[in-house]
Amino acid sequence: MENFVTGILINGLLIGTLYAIIALGYTMVYGVLQLINFAHSEVFLTGGVVAFEIFRVLSPAPGAEPGTGMNPYLVFAVALVTAIVVCGALNIVIERLAYRPLRNAPKLVPLISAIGVSLILQDVIKLLEGFQGRFQLAVNVPGAFTRTVFTVADTNVKGIDLTLLIVAAVMLFGLNRLVNHSRVGRAIRAVAQDRVTAGLMGIDSNRMISLTFLIGGALGGVGGVLFALKFPNLDPYSGTIPGIKAFSAAVLGGIGSIPGAVLGGLVLGIIENFLGSLSGLVFIFPKLAFLGAIKAEYKDVGAFIALIVILIFKPSGLLGRNATEKV
Amino acid sequence: MSALLSKAAAGSVLSVKALTKTFGGLLAVNAVDLEVPRASIVSVIGPNGAGKTTFFNMITGIYEPDAGSIELDGRDLVGLRPDQVTKAGIARTFQNIRLFASMTAEENILVGRHPRLKAGYVDALLRTRKFREDEESAHEAAGVLLDFVGLKRQAQELSTSLPYGDQRRLEIARALATNPKVILLDEPAAGMNPRETENLKALIRSVRDELGVTVVLIEHDMRLVMTLSEYITVLDYGTKIAEGLPHVVRSDAKVMEAYLGRGAAAGEYGKQQSGTDGVAHV
Repeated sequence: MENFVTGILINGLLIGTLYAIIALGYTMVYGVLQLINFAHSEVFLTGGVVAFEIFRVLSPAPGAEPGTGMNPYLVFAVALVTAIVVCGALNIVIERLAYRPLRNAPKLVPLISAIGVSLILQDVIKLLEGFQGRFQLAVNVPGAFTRTVFTVADTNVKGIDLTLLIVAAVMLFGLNRLVNHSRVGRAIRAVAQDRVTAGLMGIDSNRMISLTFLIGGALGGVGGVLFALKFPNLDPYSGTIPGIKAFSAAVLGGIGSIPGAVLGGLVLGIIENFLGSLSGLVFIFPKLAFLGAIKAEYKDVGAFIALIVILIFKPSGLLGRNATEKV
Repeated sequence: MSALLSKAAAGSVLSVKALTKTFGGLLAVNAVDLEVPRASIVSVIGPNGAGKTTFFNMITGIYEPDAGSIELDGRDLVGLRPDQVTKAGIARTFQNIRLFASMTAEENILVGRHPRLKAGYVDALLRTRKFREDEESAHEAAGVLLDFVGLKRQAQELSTSLPYGDQRRLEIARALATNPKVILLDEPAAGMNPRETENLKALIRSVRDELGVTVVLIEHDMRLVMTLSEYITVLDYGTKIAEGLPHVVRSDAKVMEAYLGRGAAAGEYGKQQSGTDGVAHV
């Protein structure tokens, strides 16, 4: 039983960390523009495609002589840096072309624009990879990442899992430094709270909005690389479900709140894993045979039911500020 | 009068000429001139809707004027964005307080310090020397300013948890943090009790006397305006109807009329009050 719970927590934590990284991109953009950047799921997927390409080109092909080719961690580092640059730049371009011209339009207009960008990016990815005859992208994950490093409570912790936790920790640390303890972070927060006043404090709000998209895109790109290594079968639509979940995580934590996005991601990951593992309880408690009917495929249903229930009782999210409407 | 004006023009830090703004069919500000002598305290007064805040909004780049010029130390500001105007040396406060609500008093001032700092996000991530020196100087400046407005002990309090009068003072400190040549105060005494207003008066004086920052004031509290200002401009329906030294303005017939209506200005009130309090009770 203890092993069962520990396993759920570990796996939930891992997937939740991924959601958290992606959720940060949604929540930061929402913070400065009150816009849900639906294209973020594709920006994230672009990170995955970058990883696919880098590992395809730089890593030795499966079955090659062991010890040949580039060091897998070096390839990983190249993939990370490339994804940060590509996805950060992509996000800046998206904002510049699709959102900024609509800055003063009603809120729904840029939202539709975001959905449009999302669909366009899916097709661009399909086109680019499809041209080369690839419709399913099987990521060439080096053995170093799939190997089990150690086992805790019957749960295998693999190379990618450790890598994921370390990368996420470093990024969250950096993000916290940037947002809470630096000039640009203060400026971003000022723009998020009151763009006009921020302007009168000498802050160029367009610059800060671009910077926010850069940070969100870079985080999404890193998330994409890690996702591609953990779930190495991608197609042009692979971004959608993790994107929706990360967005839900951001809402769960309180959209606009950075710690909220992290907490929301972790909570959603753990809930999802718990519900996905319910059928496993049958082996521990044979009397609960009905649980066997709750297959792992239902984990998404369960996760979203939990989300709805939490939001009914806490509409502003776990760490969101209460927006009481004045009548 | 003309001698005074030409003297003012010669030593002007801020020089506004024929500034005009229309909203649809409404002429909000109509060809208004304003010369602000360096290190002076001047006021712009007028009844509600006279165009005072619109006038400030044009100077700070929030609205682009339809016509006219704004020069700060000879530099044309028309067409600049608000952040560029701030960098050029104009800061302001607001009629309704606009502090950053989820930040502490100190953080609000640090935001105001933004245009005077240099370190970018790469510096922040890598904790470069530039970043550390920047942050140190910003915190130091924030400390000095908090002390200046008497809020040193409240540095780590959430800005919105401060009493009303303190929030107004914090807003002034935040504006000063941008290192302005000119600070525009939009109704700083609004909603203050008499004691808070007295403190504010002393603060505005020390902004000019100790920091050498030129003050332009929009205010309805006539006692404050008359005792603080060295020079007053009166707007009504977007047009300048009078200007001059406080004692001249307060006995001006047009000003009386704007505030009290035609009959009152011509009748008893004007005679009775002129030379004593004038518009002070309006």
